[in-house]
Amino acid sequence: MKTHSTLTRMLHKVLLITCLGAAAAGVQAAEDYSSFLRPAEIPQPDNNRITTARTELGKMLFFDPRLSGSNWISCGTCHNPALGWSDGLPTAIGHGMGVLGRATPTILNTAYQPLQFWDGRARTLEKQALGPIKAAGEMNQDLDEVIKELSVLKGYRDAFEDAYPGEGITKKTLAKAIATYERTIVSTESPFDRWVKGETHAMSKTAQQGFEVFLGKGRCVLCHGGFNFTDNGFHNLGLKGDDDPGRYGIRKVKILKGAFKTPTLRDVELTAPYMHNGMYKTLEEVIDHYNRGGDTKDNLDPNMQPLHLNASEKAGLVAFMKALTGEPAPVTLPRLPVE
Amino acid sequence: MQTQSKQKLLHAAFIIAAMLTTITAQAAEIVVDQHNKTFVVEGNKVEAITINAGDTLRFRNDDPFFHNIFSLSDLKTFDLGSFPKGQSKTVTFDKAGMAEVECAIHPEMYMEVTVK
Repeated sequence: MKTHSTLTRMLHKVLLITCLGAAAAGVQAAEDYSSFLRPAEIPQPDNNRITTARTELGKMLFFDPRLSGSNWISCGTCHNPALGWSDGLPTAIGHGMGVLGRATPTILNTAYQPLQFWDGRARTLEKQALGPIKAAGEMNQDLDEVIKELSVLKGYRDAFEDAYPGEGITKKTLAKAIATYERTIVSTESPFDRWVKGETHAMSKTAQQGFEVFLGKGRCVLCHGGFNFTDNGFHNLGLKGDDDPGRYGIRKVKILKGAFKTPTLRDVELTAPYMHNGMYKTLEEVIDHYNRGGDTKDNLDPNMQPLHLNASEKAGLVAFMKALTGEPAPVTLPRLPVE
Repeated sequence: MQTQSKQKLLHAAFIIAAMLTTITAQAAEIVVDQHNKTFVVEGNKVEAITINAGDTLRFRNDDPFFHNIFSLSDLKTFDLGSFPKGQSKTVTFDKAGMAEVECAIHPEMYMEVTVK
């Protein structure tokens, strides 16, 4: 009896310690890093809630090249889902094959961003959506003209009526539908997310060490914080030979000269080349840039400084960033109205 | 007669000096912390604040990264430059009206300052 009781107590202790240990290992990650998990609810405005009809209409418009003046460029031409919702080019190519000044940003998780475009000039996706369509260098379309073109197609008349009953085909409903579709393009679960949830082997040791560097010596988290790995802020990174005024074109404050919005690091492996001007082909080149503390010191963001990372730490950072690549989310293309 | 004028002048000077002292004494300094990329006054997140003309706002950075508080409002245009954790900068609002105050680096940080 005594022996049994002692054994039972010992077993209890062993079990308790094992459970506590497991809980500590699993729960620690969840508790410490849960802010790095994507919030389940997608932010959406009261006057444009996400519905299936609106999303489907938005997808049609997003992939319809007739939204451009040449009837040849769609939103999806540059924001290509097969290329991380970007285009794989250093800077975008627009109307008439003209090369534009800035890289095509991914539209992944833009629903969570308070400001749109590299310089943050649009406060909502609804305000952003029409910008590239009417920009002469991009899709070069007359908005009144495109409304007329869409209005003659029964397929669009019905889709707009389903999505926005009684509101008609207008610039406003056009923008709202595209914005709705863009809002639904969100990041999927990555090895990092599974690791945060307690799957200790979901992310390699190298990537885990890289995450430590990311949070500490690498100073990355100062700007690339939160689940979307961005502070939604604006920083001049000291890129060599770049004279784009960036955010300063919108807000005339000294620190914003040459400052651009911090991009998400979700799926960053899929969106090379990097930086607002696409000057770096690989993540390794990007890490080297930060390790130098930037190149051009004029108006350099004050958070930038030489990092003195060794080869192992740099490799860890790259491995960590690659662990932010989500599960593939297949995209089906819509059938576009022809009459 | 000349002596009387001098006395009157002295009186007036005393009154003006006393008024100025009163105004200075009434002016307050309100600490606005920058914490987790929000404006915080006495522990509460604020997006609007009402102060009196002559009051000073002391912007104090409590985040581990830089902030850069500015306003391009007609009422008061200023750029406090960037400053790190633990440092603070002040700005005094002299006239009544409304000013929009932001962080240039983190535009989500936005606050309306109403000056009475």
